[in-house]
Amino acid sequence: MTDATSDPDKIEAPTPDNALRAADAADGPMLAADGTPLKKSLNRALRAQKLRALLLIAPLLIFVLLTFIAPIVDMLFRSVENQIVSETLPRTTRALADFDAGTGEIPGEPVYEAAYYDIFLASERKEHTRLGSRLNYEQTGASSLFRRSGRGLDDIGEVYQDQFEDLDENWDEAEPWAEMMGSPEWLNAQRGWTEEDGAMPEFELREGVAEVLPKTAEFYEIFARFTQVEDEDSPLEEEPWSMVHTALYQDLAAGDVSGYDGPHAEMLQAADELVDSPDFETVSFTDGFEEVDEDWADPEIWNTIKMYAPPYTTGYFLNAVDMEKTVDGPQLRDEDERIYGLLFKRTMFMSMVITFSCIALGYPVAYLLSNLPARSANLLMILVLLPFWTSLLVRTSAWKVMLQQQGVINDVLVWLGLVADDSRLVMINNQFGTIVAMTHILLPFMILPMYSVMSTIPPSFVRAARSLGATNWTAFWRVYFPQSVPGIGAGSILVFILSIGYYITPEIVGGTTGTFISNRIAYHISSSLNWGLAAALGTILLVVVLVLYWAYDRIVGIDNVKLGG
Amino acid sequence: MLDQGTDDAFVAFERVQKSYDGETLVVKDLNLSMPKGEFLTMLGPSGSGKTTCLMMLAGFETATHGEIKLDGQPINNISPHKRGIGMVFQNYALFPHMTVAENLSFPLEVRKIGKSDREQKVKRALDMVQMGAFGGRRPAQLSGGQQQRIALARALVFEPELVLMDEPLGALDKQLREHMQFEITNLAHQLGITTVYVTHDQTEALTMSDRVAVFDDGRIQQLDAPDRLYEEPQNSFVAQFIGENNTLEGKVLEMTGSDRCVVQLDDGQKIEAKPVNVEKAGDRTRVSIRPERVEFNKDRMQEGALTLKAEVLEFIYMGDIFRTRLRVAGNDDFVIKTRNAPDQVRLTPGSQIEIGWMPEDCRALDAS
Repeated sequence: MTDATSDPDKIEAPTPDNALRAADAADGPMLAADGTPLKKSLNRALRAQKLRALLLIAPLLIFVLLTFIAPIVDMLFRSVENQIVSETLPRTTRALADFDAGTGEIPGEPVYEAAYYDIFLASERKEHTRLGSRLNYEQTGASSLFRRSGRGLDDIGEVYQDQFEDLDENWDEAEPWAEMMGSPEWLNAQRGWTEEDGAMPEFELREGVAEVLPKTAEFYEIFARFTQVEDEDSPLEEEPWSMVHTALYQDLAAGDVSGYDGPHAEMLQAADELVDSPDFETVSFTDGFEEVDEDWADPEIWNTIKMYAPPYTTGYFLNAVDMEKTVDGPQLRDEDERIYGLLFKRTMFMSMVITFSCIALGYPVAYLLSNLPARSANLLMILVLLPFWTSLLVRTSAWKVMLQQQGVINDVLVWLGLVADDSRLVMINNQFGTIVAMTHILLPFMILPMYSVMSTIPPSFVRAARSLGATNWTAFWRVYFPQSVPGIGAGSILVFILSIGYYITPEIVGGTTGTFISNRIAYHISSSLNWGLAAALGTILLVVVLVLYWAYDRIVGIDNVKLGG
Repeated sequence: MLDQGTDDAFVAFERVQKSYDGETLVVKDLNLSMPKGEFLTMLGPSGSGKTTCLMMLAGFETATHGEIKLDGQPINNISPHKRGIGMVFQNYALFPHMTVAENLSFPLEVRKIGKSDREQKVKRALDMVQMGAFGGRRPAQLSGGQQQRIALARALVFEPELVLMDEPLGALDKQLREHMQFEITNLAHQLGITTVYVTHDQTEALTMSDRVAVFDDGRIQQLDAPDRLYEEPQNSFVAQFIGENNTLEGKVLEMTGSDRCVVQLDDGQKIEAKPVNVEKAGDRTRVSIRPERVEFNKDRMQEGALTLKAEVLEFIYMGDIFRTRLRVAGNDDFVIKTRNAPDQVRLTPGSQIEIGWMPEDCRALDAS
């Protein structure tokens, strides 16, 4: 009799492998019966199947994309996004381009001028406080500075507004301004407009006015559009902002208006003469800002604005690793201001402790479960799953009852005389409490994968080892344990990743020393509203988990992880 | 059934009983002794207690009553790893996380044998089963037959004097199984190992063993060499279980000598038979005749053959043999086998024939 098994690599008979090898050896690609390449006709045959499979998962796919992937991507994006500065202060950002941060000097007048217009506009749009709180993350006090400046900057314009008004009442009227700046067509349309017409005719500058009064035209146009859209008022009835008067002063001081021949030319001419006269009171933007708040005369705020002017920033990430942006580049924060490094380390360390205690407590249970007869195993399984059916909050609160100083455990210890009444153990609101409560809560996630792996290990392996001369321990350690490692791996990944992002339990029982990084993230999301920093912390957490996962895959191999079967 | 003194027996079961639930006995009063070097097969239907006996011998089950001795020493209280018994499991139980060589090296490592010694022994064991080139592979990369060989090599590598095999060929296909049967017996005899082999396949048992213990209902029904087991079954269970068998039911009319009796079949015909476990006239009996011992060709029938009328019901062509089903004395399942020779007659269904056999091939057994 020939032995078919001793040489498995030399099977001559037609097998699928041999057919493929023959195809490789042949010159061209393998052809189907009708002459098309086999691959192509296979693809065609499978296309309908693939399409159907895709349709089946489509609802879930769309659901996950919309409600899971997209928000995560958005959140990750927030960790670097910083458009608020350049969007709210576009002119200032441009003017600051030449400003050399770190020299300890304040920027020049053009920067203050740009900042005046930007902040004035932002305060009209009520955006200056948002910017203030954004910059407040980087420089304490920025928030109140911007809030004060929103109101205070009116003072600058009012200097000019008052003088023009004294010259001619019309400078404080809506109608003459509109006639001067608006095109005749628009004026007609706006005058004939009634509320039934719907949207107001969009403001248009009169031809030529932008050449004579460039700044005035620019800001009046912004004012007019804003009035129409945001306030839903007619520019014919609303006197312009004091900012427009400032612009007018600047235009009149800069140039000659003799070329102007539109409406109210004589009024403008008079104003020009007034501006040129030595009596005319002016105020520099720099002084005006200093008047509003002394902090504006401090280069620090300008450094901060310049540093955070680009649309994308590393600032949140630097913050998340206890660093800060300075004019000399990223630097570590002062020792007493560092918290995130400590929190990350603590989160890692405690997650590891929790994982190991879950392994230590769960392994014997899983072993017992997989070796008991089915009836008792089911009963035990119910006990393991029981925590799953109880609310997380209830379980955590129960630990609070158990572990607190006047709690059950302390009472029992005192009653037994093991602990004096005045030196009750502190077991809650610290790391110990968090580890105990979280180990309890995450234990099923360790036991279930271990159980599912262990129940696939036939008892004959250990028997074989014993018959080969191994003691109970050797048989367990050399034969059973290595085969249960995939279960430990799966459980550990599950428990570690769950605990690294755990929030509720550390929040309730963690006190100050037992909180995790996730509690800090939650704080930034819901209390300090620094979403960028929260996103950066979350991104780091995600990367850490992915790196650990990758390392695990390299060391243990993800193929060895079994969650079931 | 102590056909040998237990003193010089290598393996001995003495009045062994086993119960799992305290209510029923799975093994009832088992007595068995094996000399060194014997290849003994425990054969029986599932639930007959054969595997339980093997597990008690290996030490994975404890006997409820009685003693098991190995080389004269009682081993009831010795734990499995100290018994030094090699074992091949039904599904091989090769450790999947170790390579073939590591699997083989395992029993040597736990015996604290030095590294070079170990390597040498592993190599020798692998060569012994013609798997020398496969030491670096994992069990999952091997075919069923190859895994079987490795399991065998692992059970032998630490040179045990006793090897137990629990249906080791059950998962293999027919051809491979036959080949492995041959290899295992060869190896066992070459190495002079005492082997206890459990199977429910009677062909396997007959071809491989020095002796076969037929188990049923927790007892050994017969313990004999294969040829005696086949040709001289001691009761009707063994006759039915081993090989194909024709039975005719009837009643003993009289005992005519030490090895002859007259049996009246249920349809009234009288035949002569060899009494095996019937004792006196009036006992119910089953008369057993092997199909190949029945002749219908008058020319070949021997002197002294007794004849009965039969009707051909079915003719089955099976290649090397013809199998013909007959109605004999009211039994519709009477089968005869004839060799496919050029001059052999092919019987046509419906024809009436006369069949005959020698009285000594016709055994009167118990009726139960």
